[in-house]
Amino acid sequence: MTVATTDSPTATNAGRLAARGAPVVFDNLTRRYGATTALDGLSLEIAPGELVALLGPSGCGKTTALRVLAGFERPDLGRVLVDGIDVSHVPAQRRDMGMVFQSYSLFPNMNARDNVAFGLQIRHQRAAPRRAKATELLELVGLAEHVTKYPHQLSGGQQQRVALARALAIEPRVLLLDEPLSALDAKVRAELRDQIRALQQRLAITTVFVTHDQEEAMSMADRVCVMFQGRVEQVAAPSVLYCQPATPFVGQFVGVSSRVPVTRRGDRAEVLGREVPIRGDLNSVPTGDLEALLRPEDLDVVVNPNGLGVVTHRSFLGATTRVGVGVAGTNLLVDVRSAHADELDLGTRVDVRVIARDVLVATPRRAT
Amino acid sequence: MASLEFGTLVADPSTIDQPFESDTPVTRRRRRIRWGRGVILFLAALYFIVPFYASMAFSLQKPTGGFSLTPLTQIASAPGFLSALWLSTQLAVITMVLVVLLMVPTVIYVHLRMPRFRRVMEVITILPIIIPPIAYSVGVLESAPAWLRSSQYLLAIVYVILAMPYVYRSLDSGLGALDLKTLVEASRSLGSSWVSTIWRVLVPNLRSALMSASVLTIALVFGEFTIANVDNWTTIPVWIYLAPTDNPRVNTLVAMIALLATCLVLTLIVSLDRSVTYNTDADSRRKQ
Repeated sequence: MTVATTDSPTATNAGRLAARGAPVVFDNLTRRYGATTALDGLSLEIAPGELVALLGPSGCGKTTALRVLAGFERPDLGRVLVDGIDVSHVPAQRRDMGMVFQSYSLFPNMNARDNVAFGLQIRHQRAAPRRAKATELLELVGLAEHVTKYPHQLSGGQQQRVALARALAIEPRVLLLDEPLSALDAKVRAELRDQIRALQQRLAITTVFVTHDQEEAMSMADRVCVMFQGRVEQVAAPSVLYCQPATPFVGQFVGVSSRVPVTRRGDRAEVLGREVPIRGDLNSVPTGDLEALLRPEDLDVVVNPNGLGVVTHRSFLGATTRVGVGVAGTNLLVDVRSAHADELDLGTRVDVRVIARDVLVATPRRAT
Repeated sequence: MASLEFGTLVADPSTIDQPFESDTPVTRRRRRIRWGRGVILFLAALYFIVPFYASMAFSLQKPTGGFSLTPLTQIASAPGFLSALWLSTQLAVITMVLVVLLMVPTVIYVHLRMPRFRRVMEVITILPIIIPPIAYSVGVLESAPAWLRSSQYLLAIVYVILAMPYVYRSLDSGLGALDLKTLVEASRSLGSSWVSTIWRVLVPNLRSALMSASVLTIALVFGEFTIANVDNWTTIPVWIYLAPTDNPRVNTLVAMIALLATCLVLTLIVSLDRSVTYNTDADSRRKQ
């Protein structure tokens, strides 16, 4: 059984920002599609001005949660509170939420400025201030030169920036980002990621960001909510999520880890010949066969002609080199400083040591 | 087979003796295909032009030889022509408005909420083509309320059914080319109601589909004979067939003018649609 843990939203740096955004609460949301349960009692609190990333594998319910918040889906059970008000049955057009979609969603018949001004036009704002505000927002996202261009004349990254400006134009209470970077190439994605984060912090707008890309979630979010099978596995700041995963799923899903069979001895586990304290609540540690989840930086290798491990592959990552070591049928990933990696040729015999202060243990994965 | 070095085009010596590209088998095959296309196009053009030319010649030829434009001046004064033209125009406009008002929300709804129902819709909307028009006439006349039976608007309602296959297909392909769900959700998240979303976002992006649907509807109304005749309404086709003119050349000329007018409207609409697209493209090229 896994235990979901949640950091307090006020513990993050978002709490220190001028809170112009509204607080959001998912209260025990359940959404089913026939026999499939997309959301299974999802509960989450988001502080004003905070950026929370919903992260998880495909089908974990993250997009459904966002769509329920946007008003495009109705929950079967539970409530969505925005600014303390239950909006579960408020239609999407009355929720005051700006949304940027995964696919390019600009209106093809309107140029960039008209797209941005669309929400203001709907709110019956006069033409002159409407156009001025749209132009100002396009300048804010770095598209001052492109105000009269139509969507088909803009690149993917430019279109998503226009979409962001359009979502911000209505001064939404909550900004919703549904994998807005997934269709872009790596360089544009990195640039836009930084731009979105900077804008979000500057405007202090509550933001919910759906992604399946860990790097995006970890680099942008104040807190990351890892979801699995419609439930929250853990909500925490990115560093906490990486260093102290609350559940084996989080440990396995976030970052890279190797699984090593262990023997439990009280509050410790014997891993690769060394006894290491078990991380977390011992009462929730399962009984029976166990495995330790070890990050590449939790391990170290030493060349030893009589060692039990054999170097099976090497990947140069810049400052570090990731080395694969086969030990008794298990492949372990170990990060070593690139300066010391030259001696670790393929086939070199090595000893692997655990250097972590404690380890997370889980039941072994079933073969699929 | 050449390389560009520092702005100079340098021939690759190894390829100098090779035959010109225009003599390669691929090029010869392409040339044959172009010829083939030309022949097919020419035959198709003949198929349309010869009867048209023959009819025009029949209408404008003087019995004594040579051509005269006098039949053109006789059209407006031909008994019943203007009222038939007015009736056909009214019916075309009413049908067009009704079919668009009915079909646009329907097709959008099917695309968004009932995508699996699209196949059923395709079958349903093909029925007006399969069922003979005479069956409609009799069925509609029998089942319509008495107050509507004597009205010309009954004919428009029947034409809406007849136009449905063309309008549905046109809108279906137009909507298929859009990311409908995302556009609708984007519009709604910005505060737009359903009506506003359809009017401001979807209709402008369905311009081409709506134009072709409208042209097809107009052409259908201006060409439909059976139902109007059975229902005792003198529309243009009925007038052409029945008009008591002393000069049959006028009737033929009207038929040809109707055909020409339809072609012109179609061409005009297509070129207007193209010019809008080309202008936006040219705009972007100038600014870049």
